[in-house]
Amino acid sequence: MNKIAVNTNGSARGEAKSMTDTIIDMRDVRKSYRTGKVSFEALKGIDCLVKRGEFVGVVGPSGSGKSTLMNLMGCLDIPTTGEYYLEGQLVNKMTPNQLADVRNRTVGFVFQAFNLLPYATAYENVEVPLLFARVSSRKRRERVAELLSRVGLADKMANKPTEMSGGEMQRVAIARALANEPDIILADEPTGNLDSKSGEAIVSLFDELHQAGKTIVMITHDMNIAKHGERIIRIKDGLIQTNGDLS
Amino acid sequence: MLPLITLKQFWNDLRRQKLRSMLTMFGIFWGTCSIVLLFAFGKGIGDAQLKSQKGMGDNIAIFWPGVTGKEYKGLPRGRQIRPTADDVTHIKQVAQTVGSISPEFRRWNVTIKRGRNSSLRMLVGCWPEFGDMRNVIPRRGSRFINQNDINERRRVVFIGNLLKQDLFGNEDPIGQQVEVNSVPFTVIGVMKEKDQNSSYGSRDSRVAFIPSTTFGTMYSTRWMSNFVVQAKKEYSMAQARREIYEILGGKYKFDPTDREALSVWDTTRGFEFLKTFFTAFQWFLVGIGASTLITGGIGVSNIMNVVLEERTKEIGIKMALGARKSYVMTQFVLETLLITAVGGTLGFLFAWLIVSLVPAFGLTDFIGVPQVNVSAGVLCIVLLGIVGFFAGIFPARRAANLQPVQALKLF
Ligand SMILES: Nc1ncnc2c1ncn2[C@@H]1O[C@H](COP(=O)(O)OP(=O)(O)OP(=O)(O)O)[C@@H](O)[C@H]1O
Ligand SMILES: [Mg+2]
Repeated sequence: MNKIAVNTNGSARGEAKSMTDTIIDMRDVRKSYRTGKVSFEALKGIDCLVKRGEFVGVVGPSGSGKSTLMNLMGCLDIPTTGEYYLEGQLVNKMTPNQLADVRNRTVGFVFQAFNLLPYATAYENVEVPLLFARVSSRKRRERVAELLSRVGLADKMANKPTEMSGGEMQRVAIARALANEPDIILADEPTGNLDSKSGEAIVSLFDELHQAGKTIVMITHDMNIAKHGERIIRIKDGLIQTNGDLS
Repeated sequence: MLPLITLKQFWNDLRRQKLRSMLTMFGIFWGTCSIVLLFAFGKGIGDAQLKSQKGMGDNIAIFWPGVTGKEYKGLPRGRQIRPTADDVTHIKQVAQTVGSISPEFRRWNVTIKRGRNSSLRMLVGCWPEFGDMRNVIPRRGSRFINQNDINERRRVVFIGNLLKQDLFGNEDPIGQQVEVNSVPFTVIGVMKEKDQNSSYGSRDSRVAFIPSTTFGTMYSTRWMSNFVVQAKKEYSMAQARREIYEILGGKYKFDPTDREALSVWDTTRGFEFLKTFFTAFQWFLVGIGASTLITGGIGVSNIMNVVLEERTKEIGIKMALGARKSYVMTQFVLETLLITAVGGTLGFLFAWLIVSLVPAFGLTDFIGVPQVNVSAGVLCIVLLGIVGFFAGIFPARRAANLQPVQALKLF
């Protein structure tokens, strides 16, 4: 319903999409941060492909650029140079409103720190992306109930973040990420703030989503969790080290 | 969708940030309330003063006999100048600047009697013009002295409203007989009640007025007490006075610049002063109110900035979930407008409440009836809306221009 018409400025991309069904395609992507007069290059030329339906784990030392990469993938930030094609469309050329719509419908983002609205209930938090998508109130009600029972929180709808455990908050965040049925779920250390038991529950939720056909990219420090993915991307000093099958 | 979720957001903010929202709202509330109150009381006091001043007549001057203060063409100072009714007729005929003029004959302690009721009151003889000039207006169904009364020296009398009460109680006096100095007169009119706190002699409400000619015959006198003048619209009272001094100076041989030759009470002077004073007073009050408003506006814009910083993370979350720039903008502007509108309206209503309670305390004699000026109130709230808008628009733009991750990373 919201496929954004962006001139991809290259028929080759269209071919690539139809042939391999690549969902994320980054070409020599760089990202520099400016702090005062000092410029720091956090990503130093990333080439990376993610196919539709893949489950990819991203690992690497602290400060290597994992989150920076993930934010670019989720259109939460824009690359300094390089080209990023999302579902065959050039993100670099999108207007702010088109970017907002991509964040709303094409990708679902799950943060390490949950990032729930503190004053709102679980129900209201999950409702937010649906409001931005202008879903009717009746459909919103159905959809929120469905999403929350899917993550096992049907009985916590009226709870505020302060009235929930970390695992529950992260499940609300996942339900929220799924609200508009995005093709891709991006998760930046979703288990980082959780104990191992809650973490496992979250990871098995991602497994379920993967089996249901979602494309998943997940950052983690934990090799055991990374192994849930079909493939691991290793990042070091802003560059991809391994970009292949699990070995 | 936008207003709904934004209203919800605003409401949630109110609940979460009770103190902060309340302080902002209170600032606006206070600003509106004080400006409306200041304006209302300022107007009440001003109106009360002007009205009672007007009670004696608007833009008139009263001329009494005087004593020359300057030598003139070999004549000494200290000569008495005493114009007659004929002089007044002459002035009326020749003066360019005079609009209305009337002689005034006066006699104190005249017995005015009706059956058993009798009263010792002031009797005034005058022309028809006197009524309008001196704000002596007949009640409905009655009339003041007219030209025929003058020409035919009719024995008709126009009475003040309190004198009517004394003589007739609640009866209708029109067409009835009274005895003035033992001479029968027909009552032709009763004065409409008025506020009057300045006079020369007696309040008009207890005076009896008869035609000047009738007065002259009854007391065999050509000496009037004074005469009353109103300048033509296009001339000032000062010009009219100068011309009258010249006309009378020519006849009675005094220096037209000799102020003491006649003694004059020019009400336009005091009136001008009062008007200027109260206009200045009102502007002073408005100034105080305006600075209160500006202070409130600055407060609001500061608080909006604090709110922005505290909420940057929230904006980051919303943008990460697909909020467009316009949403962030609308939210901020609407929120600010809501705070100002609610605060402003409450302030206005509170001021209104106070103003409507004032008459119950019986202070209106001193401070008049304060009047809420609705257009001033509306202007005030519009002004606040503009302040609120500008307080909201800049932080809103700043917030909307952040990348979601920038907003999120600030924390
Ligand atoms: N906004 C910023 N301004 C300046 N430098 C930044 C900014 N964000 C990240 N960096 C730098 O970029 C580098 C990569 O950061 P990033 O957050 O991507 O690391 P990471 O791999 O996610 O680390 P971690 O595992 O600790 O989360 C770091 O050296 C960091 O200091
Ligand atoms: Mg990170």
